[in-house]
Amino acid sequence: MFNEFSKGLFKENPIFIVLLGLCPALAVSTQVINALGMGAGVIFVLLGSNIFVSLLKGFIPEKIRIPSYIVIIASFVTIVDLVMKAYAPSLSRNLGVFVQLIVVNCVILGRAEAFASKKTLPESILDALGMGLGFTLGLLLISLIREVFGAGTITLFAMGSFDGVVRIPWLSANPARVLGLASGALLVMGFLKALFNWLEDRKERAA
Amino acid sequence: MTYIGIIITFVFINNFILTQFLGLCPFIGVSRNTESAVGMGFAVIFVMSMASITTWAIYNLILVPLGLEFLQTITFILIIATLVQFVEMVIQKVSPALYKALGIYLPLITTNCAVLGIALIAVRSEYNAPESFVAGFAAGVGFLLAILVMSTLREKLDKEWVPKCFRGVPIAFVTAGLMALAFMAFDKALLKNLLG
Repeated sequence: MFNEFSKGLFKENPIFIVLLGLCPALAVSTQVINALGMGAGVIFVLLGSNIFVSLLKGFIPEKIRIPSYIVIIASFVTIVDLVMKAYAPSLSRNLGVFVQLIVVNCVILGRAEAFASKKTLPESILDALGMGLGFTLGLLLISLIREVFGAGTITLFAMGSFDGVVRIPWLSANPARVLGLASGALLVMGFLKALFNWLEDRKERAA
Repeated sequence: MTYIGIIITFVFINNFILTQFLGLCPFIGVSRNTESAVGMGFAVIFVMSMASITTWAIYNLILVPLGLEFLQTITFILIIATLVQFVEMVIQKVSPALYKALGIYLPLITTNCAVLGIALIAVRSEYNAPESFVAGFAAGVGFLLAILVMSTLREKLDKEWVPKCFRGVPIAFVTAGLMALAFMAFDKALLKNLLG
């Protein structure tokens, strides 16, 4: 049972291994806070859609299953969008159109189709949590690299007198600005994927 | 903004793939060879132009008068899914040759975030009907341009030696990154110089 949870974190990590949900992963990874906000949104939608799809699996006719899943997913995305607009307006502005674009995040439809529509409720919940966390971890890794080296900062939540921005002494004066730009996201993703390929290859050879 | 301004913005300055990361999955997935890249590109242009004008009409003529703007996401994705299905059926009936060329790409387009992206962006930018259509068309052309360049580069790359761990997807991302760097030459200043 635990395997359903842990597989999403590393072995079948949606971003680096299965290569799903890349558009939001790259677009919102300019700051750590955006990655966390996006991750939270995706976990919520994934959890909601997996629960509903798993519960309704006996009722949804085979032929219209994909549109049905999309409606379920879009409903949860609307909830996230409205809640974020109300309680975290600055985050909502930063993420912009990408909150609504969670609908077409292939990770979510993929899990509904490949997993939740066939498995029991507890398994689907664990799967959603694992995949959601795996997605968030991947996003966090990309955004950490981009923000730390591209701007020399780590932007988190503002609390009290702390404005939420951690500045790294030497780097914030000499950042590699290219990593903060669009091309930086693609380059970081390319090199990270190469690193994961290399690690996997090495593991296979050792085995 | 003028129509030419919109076209230049969406084809070059805000190129969907290289600056906004919209439509990245088909961009990496279907850019292996030029032929399929061109097929995908034209299918995207077609669906995006249709989608942006249809969603404009539904949003401004139905959702806004009824005060149902919050249903935007759910309506748009259903419109796009229906539209793709419809386009597929029409093309199959009217032009079997075109269907043969574009057919396999059409179902993939429903989950292409560029299509939903242009619908949402057109609403956010408060474009009118013709402007939405032009924006959808131009964003599609931008997609075709990027995927075409990418596929020719990847065909060349196939003949070169690439370190093992970089083969396939990683080198495609690095290539796209370098392309994005080149596209930085197109910025708002260019638009200003061209159109005054």
